[in-house]
Amino acid sequence: MSATTIAAASAPAKDAAIAVRLGRRRRVADRLNRVLCVIATLIGLALLASILLTLIVRGAGGLSVSVFTQVTAPPGSGGGLLNAIVGSLIQTALGTAMATPIGLLVGTYLAEYARGSALGTAVRFVSDILLSAPSILIGLFIYELLVQTTGGFSGFAGAVALAVIAIPIVVRTTEDMLRLVPVSLREASFALGAPKWKTVILICFRAARDGVVTGILLSVARIAGETAPLLFTSLGNLNWSVDLARPMASLPVTIYQYAGSAYDEWVQLAWAGALLITAGVLAINIMARLLLRKRG
Amino acid sequence: MSLAATAETGEAPQTRGRGDAIAAALAVAAGLFVLLLLGAILVSLLMGGLPALQQFGSAFLTRAIWNPVTQKFGAAVPIYGTLVTAILALVMAVPLSFGIAVYLTELAPLWLRRPVGIAVELLAAVPSIIFGMWGFFVIAPLMAQYVQPWCIDTLGDLPVIGDLFQGPPFGTGIFTAALILAVMIIPFIAATMRDVFLTVPPVFKESAYGVGCTTSEVMRAIVLPYTRVSVVGGIMLGLGRALGETMAVTFVIGNTNRISTSLFGPGNTIASLIALEFPESQAGSLKLSSLLALGFILFVISFVVLAISRLLLRPRLRA
Repeated sequence: MSATTIAAASAPAKDAAIAVRLGRRRRVADRLNRVLCVIATLIGLALLASILLTLIVRGAGGLSVSVFTQVTAPPGSGGGLLNAIVGSLIQTALGTAMATPIGLLVGTYLAEYARGSALGTAVRFVSDILLSAPSILIGLFIYELLVQTTGGFSGFAGAVALAVIAIPIVVRTTEDMLRLVPVSLREASFALGAPKWKTVILICFRAARDGVVTGILLSVARIAGETAPLLFTSLGNLNWSVDLARPMASLPVTIYQYAGSAYDEWVQLAWAGALLITAGVLAINIMARLLLRKRG
Repeated sequence: MSLAATAETGEAPQTRGRGDAIAAALAVAAGLFVLLLLGAILVSLLMGGLPALQQFGSAFLTRAIWNPVTQKFGAAVPIYGTLVTAILALVMAVPLSFGIAVYLTELAPLWLRRPVGIAVELLAAVPSIIFGMWGFFVIAPLMAQYVQPWCIDTLGDLPVIGDLFQGPPFGTGIFTAALILAVMIIPFIAATMRDVFLTVPPVFKESAYGVGCTTSEVMRAIVLPYTRVSVVGGIMLGLGRALGETMAVTFVIGNTNRISTSLFGPGNTIASLIALEFPESQAGSLKLSSLLALGFILFVISFVVLAISRLLLRPRLRA
């Protein structure tokens, strides 16, 4: 009799104690997880900071006027990166010029013409795969397609390889941005009797302009830093050359050749080049984001 | 919605003229061009690799030899290196990416989410050759001086896993390559996870918070079950990226055609082997053909991984 009374009386008290303990344990576990998440984020930010700091510390010392005014030279005789910088600009510009119209067309096809069709689904799928496909294989492909058939490495082949990498980026952003254009705008245009192609060009593209430009900028940033596809296409060139039919230097390939060399002078130039290309790529990226933000 | 559908497909007959026919034909041609591009890449790699595949047969996949003198080539070592570095990179990158994604969607104050998110995305924009130089000049010395000697001393004597932590601390090698790869794929996985976490309807999370759940419990009981498939898709995307990475790996993996039992031993991957050996290959040689066959194998592996990633991600991220 007395035993049951005690049990009955103490039971709620015991449950409350368990509840308090359980609650404390849950809060402690939650706090621990939160701290781990914050630490993970700090590690991520620290990695970016470490890369940028390394580039500035090692690269800033090598930056001088001669980097921009002289071409690459044998070790011990100074030299700069002029031919590599110009080569990168040419190939990136040409690659973008080839990729932009094709990418815009494919993006337009996916957003305006292909909704729901089987071909559209397949094209979107393949374009997404190409977006993440290993860039070195694009280099091998262009080597087979252009270098072996024309009998030599060339700046043009490098630009084509970069274009193949840029196309899926332009496709993705163009499609996404066109999809954001309100249907009512298209309806208004159709109601005025405009044919579809005029609606797409004059209404949809104008409304999505900032987003489409963002996509092009992002593709420029991506291909400007690509090394692997250029190794087998434009090869690199230690002399001054702007001839698209001959091997052409580029900043990433020159950095690759110099960073692995045994000469301190070359390694120093490689760091200067690395700082240049990273600063350029990140600046274009930030610019693209600002452009998109302005639009709201 | 039916109004929208007619407007989008533009079926109103009176507005269809010659201009529309040309525009539609151009658009379809562009779409077909993309399909053709993928087909051309596959066919050109396969055709280029065919002589090597015919010469060696299925032994090409299993033989661990790469000898230009005797003209014997096998793909076992680079395939092994590619898979091991990519999977090891995932093991390191996934927990960190998950933490970052949770911080960006649940924990960070609102004003901080955008700048931190952009910083993580900028990490993805850094060219891969920069990761290579950073890994070779900054991380590898750290590994050689501190991390690897410590691991070899403390873990190297353990009975089963000890073999993984032996050998001289070069700084470069399989483990360092995987570490650099992990840093490179973190932004992709973290950004994808953040995007899929944001698709969870707020009312689900609010009701869980309403009955007294902590943030961890909401993540485990609501967000993760809701987004599980897409989270796996994001991880596969990271895996696809890691498999084909070339420049960063070439700098730090040690570039030796040997399967090493130790994680600190040197090795190679398909991509790094192609980048290194290609300049020394004659056009039309068996070696070049073997490299192209390797490229074909890499393309098939990446294609499968990326295709799975797309199929898992599509329903959530692209309506």
